[in-house]
Amino acid sequence: MSEVRKTKYMNPYLAGVLLGLVVLSANLISGRGLGASGAVKSTIVAAVDAVAPAHAESTEYYVMAKGTHGNPLNNWLVYQMLGVVVGGFLSGVLSRRLTWKVEHNPKITSRTRLMFALAGGLLFGFGSQLGRGCTSGAALSGMAVFSLGGFITMAAIFGTAFGLAYFFRKLWI
Amino acid sequence: MAPFVVYDIISENTNLLLAFFIGIGFGFILEQAGFSSSRKLAGVFYGYDTVVLKVFFTAAIVAMLGLLFSSLFGWVDMSMIYVNETYLYSAIVGGVIMGAGFIMGGYCPGTSFCAATIGKIDAIVFIGGMFLGVFIFGEGYPLWEKLYMAEFMGFPKISEYFSLSEGIFVFFVILAAVFMFWGAEWAEKKFPREEY
Repeated sequence: MSEVRKTKYMNPYLAGVLLGLVVLSANLISGRGLGASGAVKSTIVAAVDAVAPAHAESTEYYVMAKGTHGNPLNNWLVYQMLGVVVGGFLSGVLSRRLTWKVEHNPKITSRTRLMFALAGGLLFGFGSQLGRGCTSGAALSGMAVFSLGGFITMAAIFGTAFGLAYFFRKLWI
Repeated sequence: MAPFVVYDIISENTNLLLAFFIGIGFGFILEQAGFSSSRKLAGVFYGYDTVVLKVFFTAAIVAMLGLLFSSLFGWVDMSMIYVNETYLYSAIVGGVIMGAGFIMGGYCPGTSFCAATIGKIDAIVFIGGMFLGVFIFGEGYPLWEKLYMAEFMGFPKISEYFSLSEGIFVFFVILAAVFMFWGAEWAEKKFPREEY
């Protein structure tokens, strides 16, 4: 049975080669790497700016994030993330994986899973701002261009997750 | 010569359009690899499913080698490729916080969007948390500004930092990856995987 399951997804090494080529093409075409948290940041900046423009003007981080370009949503990472949504959906359609579900270990309830998903998302969102990028932007794309910071962030993310795995084992095994 | 946008081979608008197509490739591959499943992603931390490690390091090595060879062949002006800046303390502390988020939430930002597109409700909740986290960072910025700006080291390359050529450095990364892949294959045989 597990053999059947294993063939359901693409071979991980092949997927790695293809993903590496995507990172490479982003660098060759646009001179930059991929990212995911950047689009979340742009959306937040745009939302705060729309709801409370005076507050956005007076909060240093939003001013910095808005930077030189006018509309914070008109940027490379936002278009790239729209693509990610389309690409993920297409893959789900092709592989018949579209289904509403809360995926969790049967030993925990959906409610527990969702509470930890919310907490995990909150930490990841916060950490991605402090670390100037997430697993895609800082770690993967940073490593691709030999960035010292990229390697450090990668080691900190995976090192911490490994270090804490024991304490959160009930969530997963 | 690459990067195309810098050398005006493509316009700024074409660049944004291509960002969309690059994103499609990114999202499609993540989903095909199984990164739309939190139980698959978290597996690497318990050894029962190490797809994250395999995909991540293979991708990093392919991209590093690709850029290295493109530069050797004179196809790309490496001085125009953005190298992520290094602020030592925030890179470490940010990474630690993200690592905690990873083991609790089971996703990272890119994979959560990917999982949400195929209907994973836990991923949608994770994304909600992420927006909240970014908002909190923005609102409380003066509180962590010092940490955010501390120990700026410029835009150093890790190979320079260790006084190695980029080629030799990639060689060591490849050796490390082969060793980790071997460990990963061993772990998947040792730790049972359930159906998910």
